[in-house]
Amino acid sequence: MNKIRVRQLWFAATLLLSLVLMLVPLPGPLTPYKPYWPALVLLYWCLQSGDRVTLGLAFCLGVGADLFDGMLLGEQALRLTAMVFIALRFRSRLRFFPMWQQTLAVLGFLLNDRVLLLLVRVLGGDPLPPAEFWISPFVGAALWPFLFLILDDLRARLRIHEA
Amino acid sequence: MALNRDDKSPLFSPGVAGTLRLIVYLALACVLMVLDHRGGWLANVRYGLSIIVEPVYRIAGLPSQGFQAATVAFADRQRLTEANQRLREDLLLANAKLNRMASVAEQNQRLKELLDTQHSLSLNVQLARLIGVDLGAFRHRITLNVGARDQVKVGQVVIDARGVMGQIIEVMPTTSVAMLITDPNHAIPVTIERTGLRTVAYGSRGGDMLTLPNIPVSADVQAGDKLVTSGLGGRFPTGFPVGTIRDVGQTASGTFLSANAVPAADLDRSEDVLLLHDLAEAAGPPELAPNAGPPADMAPDPNAPPSTPAPNPTLPKVTAPTASGAPARASSSANGGTP
Repeated sequence: MNKIRVRQLWFAATLLLSLVLMLVPLPGPLTPYKPYWPALVLLYWCLQSGDRVTLGLAFCLGVGADLFDGMLLGEQALRLTAMVFIALRFRSRLRFFPMWQQTLAVLGFLLNDRVLLLLVRVLGGDPLPPAEFWISPFVGAALWPFLFLILDDLRARLRIHEA
Repeated sequence: MALNRDDKSPLFSPGVAGTLRLIVYLALACVLMVLDHRGGWLANVRYGLSIIVEPVYRIAGLPSQGFQAATVAFADRQRLTEANQRLREDLLLANAKLNRMASVAEQNQRLKELLDTQHSLSLNVQLARLIGVDLGAFRHRITLNVGARDQVKVGQVVIDARGVMGQIIEVMPTTSVAMLITDPNHAIPVTIERTGLRTVAYGSRGGDMLTLPNIPVSADVQAGDKLVTSGLGGRFPTGFPVGTIRDVGQTASGTFLSANAVPAADLDRSEDVLLLHDLAEAAGPPELAPNAGPPADMAPDPNAPPSTPAPNPTLPKVTAPTASGAPARASSSANGGTP
């Protein structure tokens, strides 16, 4: 009872934290290196407890991110929904990948996400972004093993394992 | 391991229901995007939800604020003294310049009063601070800590001590978002100070420069030329520095010169910015001059019988050209209609 509550709180807290992290600026020259935090955290939850992450949740998180971002409502909702759909479909296989293969898969997800973003922006009439646009997925993939291990470790420490 | 959820997550066979749901959500997202892109009413939704969004902005801005506080706290004494000294010198110089300008400004004011124009050299500004929030990479936008409650309006011009930074594009109750002049979607009408050539400076793709892609080939433009706002377009007031031209070259097609310019404002360093309150003059032709001719009831009646203007038929034709444009035209057409 109490355990379930803690688990849900932890789940919501990580997602909210990822949104705040998305807004926190990095010092000037590091800006293009910022990983796409909501996607990484959502992917972690996809792999870790796939029945809690649904397309609807991804959509809602995306709309929330769009509200904070203030750019184009629905853009991140589209991207996150597409990503979660692919991740959920291959979840059973992804979970048994060794870490380096999982990292490669995450890189694929993030690159796919960038392609979607590029499509949306170009269709919306923006000019093509510069080359640094493509750095962020690699940073995200490089951070993935650490993020995964840290979140997993925290979860274990909080003793909020799946029943 | 919870692997035995056969019906929920089958290893290889995809479910149709999941795909259907995906399509529904994607369509929903697309509809949202199109509505947001086309119409403006989602901005109202955002305005309403800003009660949630703004506190998060403040929280997200805390780290950078803390970082700055730490920089100030741990900056060594010598650097602070140096900075202080430099600022004093700047202030002295600025004051000296101002004193020299004061008499000229007064004279200017008097002359302008004589000319009956509304311009004034005084600035009506409001101080604002940046909130350190990242609104997405490659989006050249800044968040300010003033909003609708401080009478900020969309379209106000943001400047710093060195030049134009951008303009307000979105206002929430206590925060507002400004687009920088280096945003690829931004354009600002400028004049080259040395030659008076008018052109438009766009934000560049890379995001830290301005590009002027359509300068006539015969124009006299050199590296080092200063750009100031031209006041055309009715958004930016005249005479604020925008940038300095760094290089000039032919465009690929050879029909225009294209120049790159470095923005004058400290776009990534300014912490305090100023919001201009009075906007530039509205775009479009000036209003019609007030009717200076004789009152309308003195004009010859077009429906009157032709016999009445007979006593001196040439008089209206003689006086008409001396009156201002509109009555002259009216009276001449009236005269043309009578025969």
